[in-house]
Amino acid sequence: MNKGQTMHRVAVALTLIAVALIAALPALSDNYLLRLGTMGAMYAILALSWNIIGGFAGYPSFSTAAFFGLGAYSGAILQGAGLPMPLAWVAAGLIAMAFATLLGLAILHLKGHYFAIASLVVAEVLLEITTSWTSLTGGGMGLNLPIIRISIDAQARLFFWSMLAIAVMALGMNYWVSRHRLGFGLMCIRQNEDAASMVGINTTLYKVTAFALSAVLVGAAGALYASWVFYIEPPDVFATLTSVKPIVMAMLGGAGTVLGPAIGAVLFLAMEELVWRNLLQIHAAALGLLIVALIFFLPGGLLGLVTGKRKRRVVAKKGETTSNSAVKGGAA
Amino acid sequence: MLYAQILVNGLILGGLYACIAVGFSLVWGVLNVINILHGSFVVLGSYVAYFAYVHLGIHPFLSIVLSGALLFALGYVIQAGLINRVIAAPVLTTLVLTFGLELLLNNAVLVAFSADYRAVQLANPMGSQIIGGIVFPMERVMATLLALALTGLLYLMLAKSKIGRSIVAVRMDPEAAALMGVKVKRIYAVTFGVGALMAGAAGSLLSVVFPISPLNSTEFLGIAFVVCVLGGLGSIAGAMVGGLALGVIESFGALLIGPQHGLTIAFSLLILLLIVRPTGIMGRRGYE
Repeated sequence: MNKGQTMHRVAVALTLIAVALIAALPALSDNYLLRLGTMGAMYAILALSWNIIGGFAGYPSFSTAAFFGLGAYSGAILQGAGLPMPLAWVAAGLIAMAFATLLGLAILHLKGHYFAIASLVVAEVLLEITTSWTSLTGGGMGLNLPIIRISIDAQARLFFWSMLAIAVMALGMNYWVSRHRLGFGLMCIRQNEDAASMVGINTTLYKVTAFALSAVLVGAAGALYASWVFYIEPPDVFATLTSVKPIVMAMLGGAGTVLGPAIGAVLFLAMEELVWRNLLQIHAAALGLLIVALIFFLPGGLLGLVTGKRKRRVVAKKGETTSNSAVKGGAA
Repeated sequence: MLYAQILVNGLILGGLYACIAVGFSLVWGVLNVINILHGSFVVLGSYVAYFAYVHLGIHPFLSIVLSGALLFALGYVIQAGLINRVIAAPVLTTLVLTFGLELLLNNAVLVAFSADYRAVQLANPMGSQIIGGIVFPMERVMATLLALALTGLLYLMLAKSKIGRSIVAVRMDPEAAALMGVKVKRIYAVTFGVGALMAGAAGSLLSVVFPISPLNSTEFLGIAFVVCVLGGLGSIAGAMVGGLALGVIESFGALLIGPQHGLTIAFSLLILLLIVRPTGIMGRRGYE
């Protein structure tokens, strides 16, 4: 993908978001819409973060729930210990990142299904540990967060803008990775890891970096979520669905693209609200149906639908860009 | 004596675990598909046994034929109609697809049968036998023996029958098998069906041991994961060893740090093993 085009698209997207926000400002006094907006921003953070490891590097990671839950509990515990709220969010992000680094060193040498299962099971183990460690986490009874002394409306706005700020950071991170050598290396790893390693890409470093990046904002979002809802319990923040939904969103919009996951997140939220709210009994089935339809009718995501016609040309061009960048890389 | 009793309990449990996991392992090994539906297949097998017993009076040990046949048909249709279309796609695609199907199926089961726990109350319970100071709960023992027998039958099927040899051939090299005249897509469907059959049969056997509920499917799936990783992927012997090992580990773990942590121990063990020895205790082998 060439530079101008991507830049242009990101600029367009940011403008659209800005316009939409300004247009929505009067509505932002409505707490329901604010809640929805906060949720959408959170989904975008999760999907965009997953995109770094799952989309760019092609590693089927199911550990979003682990990072999210870890962040939520770290933030909650730190806030309970008296740390100011924003600092607790930052700390939670860093804790999730450190955890992902260690975890990545341990399991990123696994391929395919083995990696998927290992990353999936991590959240389960954390869930069990959190449930059992009652003295620190409150165990199965859950954990209450300190009360913030500002009005309900002010809180709703505070959490919305904070979540949105992190979402913009996540979008920026995706854009940066896609432009940076890191993203190029990750795409090489996705296509052929052995070959990538042979041409001199430090695959372990790249993969672990990608995994850590995919955790940091999720951890912060988890902590923000905890502050937002005031009460967390293990099955809520470590739910397997938290790992699966971001994947569906990214696939819906187009995995491995910069904007796709964000678009997917917004669409996903809209569907969740509009369709599933009315069909509570079968809302899991509705999600299942969406997944199945997605895989059969929209394998490249929505962005793939838009760019699909040009795909052949892009592939042909890719050879050029590849050699160019390789030269650049060699020169640098 | 306590330890001997725990060992026996673990082995009895382990035989059932092996039967749960062997179909999952077969599908993973031959199709390179992680079948997230597997847990729900086991649950469906249990429901077949339950309704066959309550309405028709068929003993759960006999209804394995019924549940096996029904689940085979279901599995065959799912593979032939859906998964076969994306079988060549990256791992993530098939994984997410079976996850989506699992959400659908589990939700359907939940709506149809509700989340209430049910249990098969046998009219003539077999009671337990005490041999050498060790208690043998006879229903569990029988279920385990049948589970092991079924696993043995699967082994024989793969080793001797024409269709079994085709499955092994496809596992080794799908292209070469296709050149030898094996219809690979059909074998995929049959393999998936057999995996579902084993899950359904395991479900019938489990119905006399555990309460039945759609909520159990995650646990069965987790067990299948752990057993496959423990024993190594793609061999009947591996699933057998992995199942028995998991049963024994869980029993002793329950004694040491409490029964509620059984699955935690299993999962921690799984991560540890994946890090240290991804090929499992038995190492990498095929279905020879």
